[in-house]
Amino acid sequence: MSVQPAAGSTTRRRRVRPRPSESHANTFSGGFVAKLIVMAAVNALGVYVILAAWAEESYGILAVMVALLVAANVVYFSRRMLPMKYLLPGLAFLLVYQVFVIGYTGWVAFTNYGDGHNSTKADAVEALLVQNERRVEGSAAYPLVVLGDGDELAFGIVNANGDVRVGRAETPLETVEDATVADGAVTEVPGYDTLSRQDILARQAEITALRVPVSDDPEDGSIRTTDARNGYVYISTLAYDEAAGTMTDTQTGTVYEPDDNGQFVSADGQTLPVGWRVNVGFENFATAFGDARYSTPFLKVLVWTIAFAFLSVATTFFLGLFLAMVFNDERVKGRKIYRTLLILPYAFPGFLSALLWSGLLNRRFGFVNQVLLGGAEIPWLTDEWLAKLSVLGVNLWLGFPYMFLIATGALQSIPKDVMEAATIDGAGRVRTWWSVTMPLLMVSTAPLLISSFAFNFNNFNLIYMLTGGGPRMEDASVPIGHTDILISMVYSISGLDGTAAKNYGLASALSIVIFIIVATISVISFRKTRSLEEIN
Amino acid sequence: MVTTTAAPSVNRTSRKRWFLDVGFRHVVGVLAVVYAAFPIVYIISAALNPGGTLTGSNALFENFSGENFADLNRTFFWTWAGNTLFIGVVTAVGTVLMGAAAAYAFSRFRFTGRRLGLMALLVIQMFPQLLAFVAIFLLLLGLGNVVPVLGLNSKLGLIAVYLGGALGVNTFLMYGFFNTIPKELDEAAKIDGASHAVIFWTIILRLVAPILAVVGLLSFISTFSDFILARTILQSEENWTLAVGLYGWVSSLLEANWGQFAAGAVISAIPVLLLFLFLQRYIVGGLTAGSVKG
Repeated sequence: MSVQPAAGSTTRRRRVRPRPSESHANTFSGGFVAKLIVMAAVNALGVYVILAAWAEESYGILAVMVALLVAANVVYFSRRMLPMKYLLPGLAFLLVYQVFVIGYTGWVAFTNYGDGHNSTKADAVEALLVQNERRVEGSAAYPLVVLGDGDELAFGIVNANGDVRVGRAETPLETVEDATVADGAVTEVPGYDTLSRQDILARQAEITALRVPVSDDPEDGSIRTTDARNGYVYISTLAYDEAAGTMTDTQTGTVYEPDDNGQFVSADGQTLPVGWRVNVGFENFATAFGDARYSTPFLKVLVWTIAFAFLSVATTFFLGLFLAMVFNDERVKGRKIYRTLLILPYAFPGFLSALLWSGLLNRRFGFVNQVLLGGAEIPWLTDEWLAKLSVLGVNLWLGFPYMFLIATGALQSIPKDVMEAATIDGAGRVRTWWSVTMPLLMVSTAPLLISSFAFNFNNFNLIYMLTGGGPRMEDASVPIGHTDILISMVYSISGLDGTAAKNYGLASALSIVIFIIVATISVISFRKTRSLEEIN
Repeated sequence: MVTTTAAPSVNRTSRKRWFLDVGFRHVVGVLAVVYAAFPIVYIISAALNPGGTLTGSNALFENFSGENFADLNRTFFWTWAGNTLFIGVVTAVGTVLMGAAAAYAFSRFRFTGRRLGLMALLVIQMFPQLLAFVAIFLLLLGLGNVVPVLGLNSKLGLIAVYLGGALGVNTFLMYGFFNTIPKELDEAAKIDGASHAVIFWTIILRLVAPILAVVGLLSFISTFSDFILARTILQSEENWTLAVGLYGWVSSLLEANWGQFAAGAVISAIPVLLLFLFLQRYIVGGLTAGSVKG
C-alpha cells in the first residue's frame, strides 16, 4: 500500500487528481444497485406526492416537491456534487421542517391567522353562506332517502314531477333514470346502498350535517334533512356579490363591506362571524407590547422567564459545584457510588420528574405536605410565590446532577502544578480558590452555563407539567399564569391545547420575540466568554 | 498528591481532623443521595402500592402488589409505549445517518459554501423547532390534505418533523469527532480503489461508532421527552406517545390515576435510566461537548 507523500495535508489537490477510471456507476456493483433501488423508490414517492398535490390544487407543495425531486436526481446521478450526495437528505428535511417553518412563523406573525380568520376570503364567503342557510318558509318537503357509496353519503329525493334526483356534498342533485320508487319514496338507486335504520342512527351526526347543493349555483341553496325521511330546501340568508365583493343580508337588506381586518362589516359596525386571514403588519407586535391588557401580563412573564432561567442556572450550578468540590478529594471512599446515585435525577426522564413532583407537592394529598410536614396544607403549586419557589426547587433537583458532572470534569482538568505554584507564591486556600481555580473553572463551564440558560429559557415541559403555568393571573385577558414562561405562554395563546380561542398570529409574533431575546443573549454571552478564554 | 490520612490510633484530635477533612464529605454525600434518590424510591413504592391513589401512596413500601402494572393492560399504555419506541428509534436512526453523512461531507470534502453552510447551521440551530410549533401545525395541516401520511395525527409526520431538526443540533457534535479521525486512513483506502461511498459506510462509520451511539441515544431521549410537538401533531389517543399519554393521566383526575401513573412512569423510566447509567461516561462526554438535556 503506497501512501502519497503529503497525504492529508492538501485538500485542494484532491480535486485535481484524476477520477478513478471506473466509476461505480459503470460496474453495477452492489452499491450501485442499492442506489438505483432507493432512487426508484424516492422517485415513485415523489411522483405520487406531485400527483396528489395536483389533484388537491396545492401548488406550493407541488412546486417544492418537483424541486426536491429534480435536485435529488441531479445530485445522485451526477458524477460531481460529491458533498451534496451526503448533505441532501438532511438538508431536504432541514429546509422543509426548519428553515421553511421559521419563515412561515415569520409570515404568520404578520397575519391575523386564528379563530375567525382561518382561511382565504373565498373559503370565508362559502362558510358564511353555508352557516347562514335557513329553511325556506313554506317550501316543499321532499321524500328523502339516505344513500351510501363507500364512506360517502348521498341523498336521493323525489321531486314534484316524480323524478328521482341524487346528489352528494360535492356534486349537486342530478336526475337518475333507473331508480326504484315505492310509495312516492326512493327505495333503490343503482350504484348506491340504501342505508338501513341502524346505519342511519349510527351516522346521525354526519347525516344532519350533510348538505347537498340543489344546483351549481349556491343561490339555489341546498337540500338538508333532520330526520333522514324528509328533505327541505335551505337557502342562505346572505348573498355574496362577486363584483363588489360585498355580502348582503337578503332579509334585512344590510350590506356588509370587507374591511382591512379580514371581516365583513356593516355600516353600523356589525361584523359577520367568519373572516379570512389578512396581513396585519405589526399589529400583533403592537398588541403584545402596546395594549396594556396584553403588555402588562407579558412583561410579568418576561421578567419571570429571565429570573427563572437565571436562578435555575445559578442554583443548580452552585449546588453542583459544591458537591463536586466535596467529592473532589481522593480520600473519600466510594466516590463512584455517590456519583452514580447523584446522577439519578438527571437520568430520570424530565417530563416524568415534573409530573412526579406535581404529585409530591400536591396541596392536600402530596407526600411533602402529608408526611414531611405532618398534614400542613401548604399550597406549593397554587400560591403565586410558592409556585415560583416550587418550580425553582424542582428544577434544582432536576438540574444539579448535570452541573455536578461538568464541575467535576472541570475541576479534574485543572492542572495541579498551577495550584502548587499559587501555594508557593504564598496564596492561601481561599485566595487560590478565587484567583486560580474559579477563573479556570469558568473558562470551561461558561459556554455550558449559557446553553443551560438558553435551555431553561424554553423549559416548556417543566412548567407545563408541574404547574401548568398556574395559578392563573386573574386580571389577564389571555390565559396566562404566574409561573408561565414565554414558551408555555405562547402555547396557551396559540390555542392549540384547546383551552382558549386560537390566535396563531399573536403566538407566532411572540415566538419571534423569544427567538430574538434568546439569540441576543447567546450572542452577547458567547462574545463575553471568548474574552474569558483569552485568560487561558 | 495522595496525602496520608490520619493515623488509625483512636485519638480524639485525629478523629476530629479526619472528620473535618474527609468525614463531613460523607455526611454531605449521604444527604445529597437522599435528596436525589428519594423521589425515585417514592415512585417505585407508589407503583407497587395497590392503593393506587395519591394519598394511599404516602406510606412507603407498606404493601406490595402488581395491581397497578396489571391495570396498565386496560389502558392505552402499551400502545403509547410502542408508539414512543417506534418514533424514537426511527428518529434516532434517521438522525444518526443524516447527521453522520453531513458531518462526513463537512469534515472530508472542501467545497464552495462549506464555511457558509456550517455557519448557517449554527444560526438555524438557535431557532429551536419548539418555538415554531404553530407553523409546524399549519404546515402539517396543509401537507395532510395532499399526503395524509405526512399530515396531522400521523406518526410518520411527527418523525419527519423531528428529522428536520436532525442536522442543526448534531452536525457540530459529529463534525468535531470526525475531524479527529486521521484523514490518512481514507486517503489510503482511496488509493486502494475504494469509492467515497465504500469509505463512508465501511471505514468512517465504524471508526466514529461511539459518537453515533451518543447522538442516537440523545436523539431518542429528546424524542421520548418531547411533549409540545407530539401533542400538537398526534391527535387521537391511540397515536399518542408516553409523554402525551402520561401527562393526560396526571392532569385529569390526578388523585385516582396516581398508581397507574406511577406504574407507567416506572416502566418507561427504568430502561432509560439503566441505559443512561450504563453509558454515562459516553453520554456525559457527548453532553458536555455540546448540548443539554431535552
